[in-house]
Amino acid sequence: MSDLLDLDIAGASEALDARRVSSVELTAAYLDAMEAAAGLNCFVTPTPERALEMAEASDRRRARGESGALEGIPVGIKDLFCTCSIPTSAASRILAGFVPTYESTVTANLWRNGAVLLGKLNMDEFAMGSANVNSCHGPVENPWHRTGDGAGDRLVPGGSSGGSAAAVAARIALGATGTDTGGSIRQPGSFCGIVGMKPSYGRCSRWGIIAFASSLDQAGPLTRTVRDSAMMLGAMAGHDPGDSTSADIPVPDFEAALTGDVRGLRIGVPREYRVDGMPDEIEELWTRGRDLLAQAGAELVEISLPHTRYALPAYYIIAPAEASSNLARYDGVRYGLRAGGDEPDDMYENTRGQGFGEEVVRRVLIGTYVLSQGYYDAYYLKAQRVRALIRNDFDEAFGGVDAILTPTAPSDAFAIGEHEDDPIRMYLNDVFTVPSSLAGLPAISVPAGLSVRGLPLGLQLIGRMFDEETVFRVAGVLEQAAGFAHRPSGGA
Amino acid sequence: MSTLVSGSTGDWEVVVGLEVHAQVRSESKLFSGASTRFGAEPNSQVSLVDAGMPGMLPVINRECVRQAVRTGLGLGAKINRVSVFDRKNYFYPDLPQGYQISQYTRPIVGEGSLRITMPDGERVVGIERIHLEQDAGKSMHDQDPSRSLIDLNRSGVALMEIVSRPDLRSGAEAAACLRTLRTLLRFLGTCDGNMQEGSLRCDANVSVRRPGGELGTRCEIKNLNSIRFLQQAIEYEAIRQVEVLEDGGKIIQETRLFDADRGETRSMRSKEDAHDYRYFPDPDLLPLELSEDFIAGIAASLPELPETRRNRFVSQYGIGEAEADFLVTEPEIADFFEALADGRDPKLAANWLTTELFGALNRAGLPLSKSPVDAGTLGGLIDLVADGTISGRSAKDVFSEMFETGQAAETIVDARGLRQLSDGAAIAALVDAVLAEHGDKVAEYRSGKVKLLGFFVGQVMKQTRGTANPQLVNEILRERLAG
Amino acid sequence: MSLDRETVRQTALLARIRLDEDRLERMVGELNGILAWIDQLNEVDTSSVAPLASVTGHALPTRADSVTDGNDAEAVLTNAPDRVGGYFAVPKVVE
Ligand SMILES: [Mg+2]
Ligand SMILES: [Zn+2]
Repeated sequence: MSDLLDLDIAGASEALDARRVSSVELTAAYLDAMEAAAGLNCFVTPTPERALEMAEASDRRRARGESGALEGIPVGIKDLFCTCSIPTSAASRILAGFVPTYESTVTANLWRNGAVLLGKLNMDEFAMGSANVNSCHGPVENPWHRTGDGAGDRLVPGGSSGGSAAAVAARIALGATGTDTGGSIRQPGSFCGIVGMKPSYGRCSRWGIIAFASSLDQAGPLTRTVRDSAMMLGAMAGHDPGDSTSADIPVPDFEAALTGDVRGLRIGVPREYRVDGMPDEIEELWTRGRDLLAQAGAELVEISLPHTRYALPAYYIIAPAEASSNLARYDGVRYGLRAGGDEPDDMYENTRGQGFGEEVVRRVLIGTYVLSQGYYDAYYLKAQRVRALIRNDFDEAFGGVDAILTPTAPSDAFAIGEHEDDPIRMYLNDVFTVPSSLAGLPAISVPAGLSVRGLPLGLQLIGRMFDEETVFRVAGVLEQAAGFAHRPSGGA
Repeated sequence: MSTLVSGSTGDWEVVVGLEVHAQVRSESKLFSGASTRFGAEPNSQVSLVDAGMPGMLPVINRECVRQAVRTGLGLGAKINRVSVFDRKNYFYPDLPQGYQISQYTRPIVGEGSLRITMPDGERVVGIERIHLEQDAGKSMHDQDPSRSLIDLNRSGVALMEIVSRPDLRSGAEAAACLRTLRTLLRFLGTCDGNMQEGSLRCDANVSVRRPGGELGTRCEIKNLNSIRFLQQAIEYEAIRQVEVLEDGGKIIQETRLFDADRGETRSMRSKEDAHDYRYFPDPDLLPLELSEDFIAGIAASLPELPETRRNRFVSQYGIGEAEADFLVTEPEIADFFEALADGRDPKLAANWLTTELFGALNRAGLPLSKSPVDAGTLGGLIDLVADGTISGRSAKDVFSEMFETGQAAETIVDARGLRQLSDGAAIAALVDAVLAEHGDKVAEYRSGKVKLLGFFVGQVMKQTRGTANPQLVNEILRERLAG
Repeated sequence: MSLDRETVRQTALLARIRLDEDRLERMVGELNGILAWIDQLNEVDTSSVAPLASVTGHALPTRADSVTDGNDAEAVLTNAPDRVGGYFAVPKVVE
């Protein structure tokens, strides 16, 4: 059984193609593993019956010679994606009891490509957080443990796609969808020692994904390998006329971009990503990444992204502003929680006061404040101007380089409960991921080494707008060269 | 003509600006594929987007954009090549998204103007802007003792908000402005103008000032759903404000409602935070860019506007100005007239339409669109009069029956045997018979009692049940009696 | 800029979120910390920069005017916490 779980998506597809295993067998193995690892609190709504039905249907299709890009592959779905007739919560009390009558475009694309649904995955409430501790379903536990620490040491998986990252790392899902607004795929990818890909804004449809910050939200895959990431993104992406911001351009064959060759590519190393107080081990990992790519024949170039340090504060205006408006629909009228009240305003205040957790309230209030009369120009417009400067920095840099290499996160995974009373400290987790989010650029986190505490650390590669292919190409080489083969001690 | 309000301390000038919400004529909603049809079952014309379901996204209806541009061009306004959709954030049970998608700083249409006619001459009313926005749903407060009920059928329907400059100086001018605008929208085909069904609603911003002085503080009267109420509300509000000011009080800027039963405006309950809408560009939508070609294409296909058409009616058909004004109040009337006038005497056509047909429609309480008599049928009747087939007198009877039954004129004429007798020999024979029968009266006539001609005419008409051509009867009678 | 308790209370009212006094107090501190940190944006000269409108550079797509949706009141109402027949029900609006 355990060797079945060792297969990655590419390996499992091969085994399925060769009829060495059926999707039902593979899925059953994952369902067993999910149960065994229930303590990690990754799945908030497991769907075992649905999984087996879908696996059987997949096996029948395969027998007929029909086979999609992810045919028979069991995956988990972040609970931010609306799934038809399966509860969808965004990890918020305010969506208690909500069962969508519709299916998000990204998940519909996955099912069309043959994937099998294992269940819905835990996350930070409305995707707001970097530790997966802000969830009405309770925190998710990272399957990794610090070297020497006992089994009682519980670490965060990162967030907000923490359930997705932990599930893939713990081998209780072959792949998982995540969403990334300011780093919510890449940072948990780094914390859990797996690959997390945020594609270009517009590459995956946002239709049916519960919105956090509309101008930043992007769906992407969390997988064990770069090849799996390319396969899964290919099955998720595509133009959707239902999303006005979806890009009407063809989806390239991402897997074909994995040539294993980076000779002649120019890789930028931004000097502004050496931030104050960054641990030496992060700096060392970054240096190692540069060396590996140089050895593989890439040309490493120092570049400047001068407005980098303003990305995070700009993000913490724009994202909450959009969120304050996006979350206005949770008013207790048409779905979800309703608390009593004598008149609608009363009912709204009670419903939203009880339904939203601390971090959501914090951000909705910040967002409401920065949009309110007299502050809009000073905050929101200012932040959008800074955002234009940040995008401009990248555009200039990409005049001279093909991709940019940075660390993914400024630290390894921390303990559940740590930093919880310090919102800004928590926000700093995203210092390296937010700039590319603001610019809309594709970026990936690849596991590249272990911290002194024995925890995974990732390196980030950022590409030009809609040039996921170069990102995958460099990531594949980096992955190969780094040879990260460590496994978490927790999980299946 | 003075539009001033005279108070006890002198004259006051009334200053009015209008905000008109016109429902865009389209099959589906502004940002969803749900139907816009009026009067459906509750919540049956609601997409998941209109219901503000999680993860739902707007996609704009190209026809609504076209309609807004068409309206802008009809008002001679500047069409903005780039416009932006903003979110107007507020909480209300019939606002499912918690915000209305509207346009704030960059509307699709900029400045234009509208010419209105008052008894003492024309006025030009400035149009400040037109923006596209979503309508909200409908709340019903009196169906259940403890709850309000929400129907989202209207949620997401496209509206054009047309904002005038404060160029109007009385309730009557405001009424004329709205009436003229409504006519224009109907000619353009961009709004059906149906105020009962809420396709056209109007807010009025009213203030008073000393003639030519500084603008006063204004009050906004919301949701006026008839032209008469608009005028009444402004007239009431102006006098109210004058009284407050003359009593040494101050006008508080506020939103007021018009109570049609009492003919009064009253202050609306408002929250302290009611006006902080936190507008910002909707991140689900990109800026709307219009090409020069797109705008030019719409300009080229613009229908003839009411003012132009009215002037053409006067010059081309030689009809009176007042009649022409009436004929362009609705595009259907103008079209009906032109179909009727085609190949006929236009003055006769105008007369039949405005006097006979509208007389009958008004008595029956029907709009022209429900008329049992169409232009072809009415034209058939006019033709029978013109070629002498029937007399003008029978024509009225035929019309009455035509209006009842919708039958063709010929059919009615034949069925009732009303075809005019114009055969000279036949009439002469009848005349001779009548004269022979009334020899005494003939003698009286010849001795100077010429008034008896009417008697002879009557006798002949009686014999023919009124179908004899009266002109011929007269001619022949005179001839014979002279002989 | 610093936020006083009253401003936070007003902001919570605008956002329709009921905060008890404890939570309100905590928020005053946290929001002030966050806003003070955000204020570093003032170091950036943005006087000649237009605000970013979109990262993709694509034009707004439009759709044809046809009825393709709706006609399923049950799908719209099925999650409603309270309804009367085909209507959503809410506590009575006092006007
Ligand atoms: Mg208004
Ligand atoms: Zn409006």
